[in-house]
Parts: sequence; C-alpha cells; structure tokens
Amino acid sequence: MIMQITPILIALKRHKAGTILIALQIALTLAIVCNALFIIRQRVEHAMRPTGIDESSIIRIKNEWAKQQTPEQLRALADTDLAVLRQIPGVIDAYATNSFPLSGNGMPMGLTYTADQPNPTTTASAYFADAHTLNTLGLKLIAGRNFSPDEIGQLGPQEMLAPPVVIVTEDLAKAMYPDGSALGKTVYMSPRPSTIVGIVERLQGPWVDNSSAQWAERSALVPFKLDAAPYYLIRVRHDQVHAVASIALQKLYDVNAMRVIDGKDGVRTFEEVRKDAYQKDHGMAVAMTLICASLLAITAAGIVGLTSFWVGQRRKHIGVRRALGATRRDILAYFLTENGLITLAGVVLGSILAVSINSWMMGAFEMRRLPPGYVLLGMVALLLLGQLAAFIPAFRATRVSPVEATRP
Amino acid sequence: MKSDPVEMFAYYLQLGVRSLRRMPVVTLLMILAIGFGVGASMTSYAVFRAVSGNPIPWKSSQLYAPQIDNWDPRTLGPSAEPPDLMDYQDAMALMDARVAARQTATYPVSFSVIPNGVISKPFNISGYATYADFFPMFDVPFQYGGGWGETDDRGRAATIVISSKLNQTMFGGANSIGRDIVLNDHAFRIVGVLQNWNPKPRFYDAANTNGFGSEGPDFFIPFTRAMDLHLETKGANACNGQGGVGWDGWLRSQCVWISFWVQLPDAAAVQRYRSFLEGYSAQQQRAGRFNWPPNIRLRNLVQWLDFEKVVPPETKVSLLVSFAFLVVCLVNTIGLLLAKFMRRAGEVGLRRALGASRGDIYTQFLAEAGIIGVAGGMVGLLLTVLGMASLGQVFQPDIAHLAQMNIGLVVLTLLVAIAATVIAAFYPTWRAAHVQPAWQLKSN
Repeated sequence: MIMQITPILIALKRHKAGTILIALQIALTLAIVCNALFIIRQRVEHAMRPTGIDESSIIRIKNEWAKQQTPEQLRALADTDLAVLRQIPGVIDAYATNSFPLSGNGMPMGLTYTADQPNPTTTASAYFADAHTLNTLGLKLIAGRNFSPDEIGQLGPQEMLAPPVVIVTEDLAKAMYPDGSALGKTVYMSPRPSTIVGIVERLQGPWVDNSSAQWAERSALVPFKLDAAPYYLIRVRHDQVHAVASIALQKLYDVNAMRVIDGKDGVRTFEEVRKDAYQKDHGMAVAMTLICASLLAITAAGIVGLTSFWVGQRRKHIGVRRALGATRRDILAYFLTENGLITLAGVVLGSILAVSINSWMMGAFEMRRLPPGYVLLGMVALLLLGQLAAFIPAFRATRVSPVEATRP
Repeated sequence: MKSDPVEMFAYYLQLGVRSLRRMPVVTLLMILAIGFGVGASMTSYAVFRAVSGNPIPWKSSQLYAPQIDNWDPRTLGPSAEPPDLMDYQDAMALMDARVAARQTATYPVSFSVIPNGVISKPFNISGYATYADFFPMFDVPFQYGGGWGETDDRGRAATIVISSKLNQTMFGGANSIGRDIVLNDHAFRIVGVLQNWNPKPRFYDAANTNGFGSEGPDFFIPFTRAMDLHLETKGANACNGQGGVGWDGWLRSQCVWISFWVQLPDAAAVQRYRSFLEGYSAQQQRAGRFNWPPNIRLRNLVQWLDFEKVVPPETKVSLLVSFAFLVVCLVNTIGLLLAKFMRRAGEVGLRRALGASRGDIYTQFLAEAGIIGVAGGMVGLLLTVLGMASLGQVFQPDIAHLAQMNIGLVVLTLLVAIAATVIAAFYPTWRAAHVQPAWQLKSN
C-alpha cells in the first residue's frame, strides 16, 4: 500500500486540475455540513427545551370581551367562564392569566434586593396566578407552599404590580440567592417587598428568542387576578385534550356570546402552542437537513463521475499493470488509495474552513463555538463517503483485462 | 469555406446534445447538481428579498425615527441604546415642538365590532392611533376621501380612516365617507377609505410587529381621540422601574409604548432635528427629570429596520448556506465538465488540425455547457417552485406568504443557472481549446 503512494502522487500531478477540484469540493462540503449539522443540533436542542408544565394535557383559550365592561363585571365574567370550563367532563382545573410559557407576550420585570437599587439584579417574567395555578399547570413545588385563596388580589390594567408574596422558579431563586436560601427572603419588583413563599422546579418564560435567553427560566408567579385576563389555561385528562378543545369554544359562547375567540387560533392545545413558538427552529433544522443531504449526494456523485473518468482514461495503464502481474486487489487498492489521499487533503482543508466559517458566524449570527467532535466526525464521514463513492469505478477498473495493454 | 455563424452555432448545439447523450449519467448528474444548487439558492433568495425590501424606497431617506433615553443609560446595557419606543411625555413634547416638516406619534389599538346581524359573532379589528401627518408622510393611498386634518388632531375629533377590507365587510365596498361606524360603543365618522395598503415590513410599527403582520391595519383614528377614550396600547408597554397608577399615572410614567416618526427633507433638517433632540434632553436634564446627559439617536428608515433586526437571522443564514451549496455544485460541475471535455481531446485535435480555430472550440464547448445550464435551470425552477410551496410548512407562514413566484424570479433562476454553468465551463473549455492538434493526432 505504502509502496503505491509515490506512483499515485506522480499520476495525480498529471491530473492536477481534477484533483484540486475534488479536494476543494470535499473541503467545502465538510465545512458546510459541519456548520449545518451544528445549527441543526442547536435548533433541535432549543426547541426541545421543557417548559416545566404538564404540556400534553394543557389547552389555552384566548378570550376578549366585545363590550367595554366595568372591573366588577369583568371579574364576574371571568369567574363564570372558569366555572363553566371546570364543569366540562375531563377538565381537571383552570385559571385565567396574562401570559404563559411560549406565548410570546408577557411582563418582564426587573428584580432587586432593595427598593432603591438602581440596576435590577436580574429580569424575570411575571405570570398572574391564583390558588389553582400550580395544579392547572402541573408545576412541581420543590419548597414552600402554594398561594392560599385569600392571598389572591385583583389588578386593573394600568395598576402597579406589587405582590406581597411570590412563587419563583428555582433558577430565579438561585439568581437572587445563590446560596440556596431564597425561601422566606424578600425581593423587590416594585417599591414594596415581595416575600418568596414557594419555589417551583421549572417554569419557562413566554419568549424563546436569544435576547431573553439569559432569563428564560426565571419566572415569578404573582398572586393576582387581572381584569380582562386574555388567557384561560385548562388542564385536561390526558386522553380528553382534543375532545375538550373541540367543545370548550361552544360552551363559552353559550354562556356569553359578547366575546371574541378567534375561530382559527382561539383555542390551542399546548402542543400546538409549542409548534408555533419553535416554528423558526423547526424550519431551520429541516432546511439544513435537506441541504446537507443533497450536498453529500452531489459530492458522492461527483467523486463517482471523476473517478470513472480517470479509470476510463487509464484503461491501458491498468491493462499493462495487470499484464505485469498486478492482481485485481492491487488495482482496487490503487484507486481507493488515490481517492483516500485526495479526500484526506480535502478534509484537512475543510476542517480549517469549517472552523473559520464558524468563528465568523459566531460574531455575525450569535452562533456558539463548533465542538471539535463535529469536525472530526465530519472528516471521518467524508473519508468513508469518498471510499464508498470511489469503490464503484475502482471495482470496474479491476475488470479491465490485461489484453487492454496490447490494444493501440 | 465560411459558414453562417448562426448556422454554425445551431450545429454546435446539435453536437452538444449528441455529446451529452453519449454520457447520459454524467450529463444528468451535472443537470441535477446545477438544478439543486440553483433551486436552493433561489428559494432562500426569494425569502430574503421578501423580508429585506425597502417598503417605501422613494421616501425612505427622508423618514427618521428619533429615540430619547428617558430611562438612564446605566440601565441600558453596554451600548446605552435608548428604548425603541417613547413615553407619552416625550412624544407629546416632540409633537408640540413641530421641529420636523412632518411628525407623528403612533401606537396600536384594537376594537371589537358587534355586527348588526344576529348570526355572526363579534370580531376584533386592529389599527393605529396616530396624527394627521401620518398619511402624507407615508404616502398612504386612498380609495375614497383622505386623511383627517390637523384641526381634527387639535379638536380630538371622532374621525376614522378605514381599510378597504373593513369597508368591504361593513359597507359592501361602497363609498362610506361621512357615514358613522360604532366601535366598542364609540361612534366614529369615516373620512377616508384606504386602498389596499400594507407596506412590508411594517416599518412604522417595527418595534411591535417584527415587521411582518400578515393583514394590514383595519383603521386609523386620531391619537388625541384615543387618549380621550383611554385606549390602551395593544403593543409593547415597557417600563423601566415603575409604571404609574391608573390612566393618568401611566401617561406620566416612564413607560415607553409610542412609535415616533419624523420627515426630514434634507441634511440640514436632519442636523437641526438632531440638535433639537439634544437640546430637549438637556432641558429635561436641567429640569431634573433626566439624571444624565442627552442620550439620543436619530436613525433613518433603512437604519431603523436594520436596528430592529427586521430580517430574521435565519433568513440570512439560509441564504449563505444555500449559496455555498451552489458553489459546491459548481465546483462539482467544473470537475465533471473537465473530465468530459478532456475525454474528447482526440476530437478537438482532429478539428483543430482540420482548421477549426480556438474560438470555434470555445463556441462549441460553451454551447454544450449552455445546454446543461438551460436544463439545470429548468430543474432549478421546478425545485424553486417546490421550495416556495413548502415554505409555509418550514418557515413562518407570514414570511412564506410574502415570498412569491413571479416572472422576475423565473427569469432570474434561468439566468443564474445558465450563467453559473457557462462560468463553470470556462476552465474546462480553455483546457480543451489548448489541446495540441499534432500531438493528439499522433497518439491516436
């Protein structure tokens, strides 16, 4: 094998252009595929992130009232709606709120240790909650207690949010009190202190974009009912989700028709909410997968094409070698080694290219650093792909008869 | 013997087809490579073009969005970038000063419409509260009537401009000027009906919409009237620190929720407005409201869209990746063409020996490449159509909806495919044209 390398290199010198083109194609393919696969992984990871709620059994309804109502009327209307929803067979619990995970809108609040601290220690998403919230969302309380019904206040749209007590996520608790002593301590999201009475394991914020990534897991439940809360969240027995989703709309219109629930996306299961929220990530992953697959196919086909051409061009040489005693295995090894050398040059160049493209994208598109494993895996994969692609024409070369040597 | 060049070119095309048919697999491979590369690139390009367009190219250089830091630069992160919306006090101060040729404060509002018919359910409509200058400033086209005047702004009039769609729903498309429309129990008199107007991206509300609302706004009402009705914003309301209590408290607070636009016809006006903003901020500092030196921005429309990141990074990444893919497809084609052309070195040698010039060889081989380009372009076109059709599944539907196939894109796709293939063919053709006639004849 080693003995063959020198003659191969000499032969390749004769086909400089073809050699360079294949190596270049392999290099570019490696660079693109590594980065595309990395994008796919990042997107999939992002879209798989758990929200901390019992996703498969939650439905959300977006409701607006068609007439202007007094705050008292709004409270009565919401209470009636929730009572109606809780009576639907299969419904476990329900509550009304301003926002929920992945909804795309909500209230970011700056949290401080004191009332006059100028810069917030962290930002957190505030979710309006009542005593039903933990049960409806299926949140896991890891310390402290739930809100009691008499703690739940009422808040108008422009009123200041100053909760006396809050339930926070573990991530938010750690952000404010890294030593783990958050329970019972106070935080400020208004001029008045809020005591942390409970900690839940996980509850994602409403936004999934990069700009809020740092505080995506920092959420606070505040014990208020909002006048004209836009969302009802309902927890349903796992196997009844679609049944309840299909009748909830009519039940609400039956009790009061002066409302607007969009026919298209007014009622949504949480699975649909998740799909909408991560549509961009999903789309990106699909597009990158398609491009990677076509790229690999075209590169493989290109190798088959060029190697076939070389085999065709060298039929006479092969014949001579065969006549001089080279076995079929020798011929096969010759072409596979040749391809291996070219691909090796390609993947070495490609790995440099892959890393440079990644470092440029890190600046331009908030990409993370490409792990070396991706490049290594890509190099091995392309070497294998090259060998496989070269095998077809190389095998054909072994069928060249020694008689070819005697042909003109 | 001189022959007609057109006839010769037709002959070369014939030769090309014959040669391509001799190696069907390699030919197909080249066509598919070009087709895939072009299809992927053109699909991404169509999306990119749809989202990165200038919505009002004839005027964008005169339209500016001022920003004033009413929060405190120390709380704004390392760039000290002021909020992209304005609070009520600053917006009103800028409106009252009238330093720009035209200015308007805008925010999104919505109403429920209760239809008269018993059968249909109430529905929501959304629009904007704004000032009279909005319409001439953004060259909003009207089907009937026009915008309201400044007297309506000052008089806090219950006037309204509605979209042609709402006019269709409510009045069957008739000229509804002067009629009343009742929204949330408030009557508004119609002064204008828009033509179909929905610039994309929706630059005047980029802070709220991410630029691409699929449906245009249903109506516009005077900002001053919206204040009297205590209409809350349906868009962002960001408070650094505390919001106020109640409606008046909210208006006095530092919460930002208003988009502000000015029209500045020339560089001098821009300079004047910039110093006005500085002066205003300095005055607020002296008055003790701002505890920091002036921190303002004045971006024109194109800079504003860039700042608001209206073009999603996904679109840019897809465009780059698919162009890189096209490059690989071209490298692939160069290799295959080289192999194909060099295989015919004997034929070239013979033709050269019989008197064909290098130019003839060039024409012949580039014509052959052109055929591959056309075929590849067809495949690319098919894939672009397929790609665009599946965009709705893959990307956000509202952006997919924007990117549409049109004649321009069809022509561009074919041109890119042919140009790419012919460029790819240059090196192989050059090599073929430099075949030594004598050597080839001897060796064969």
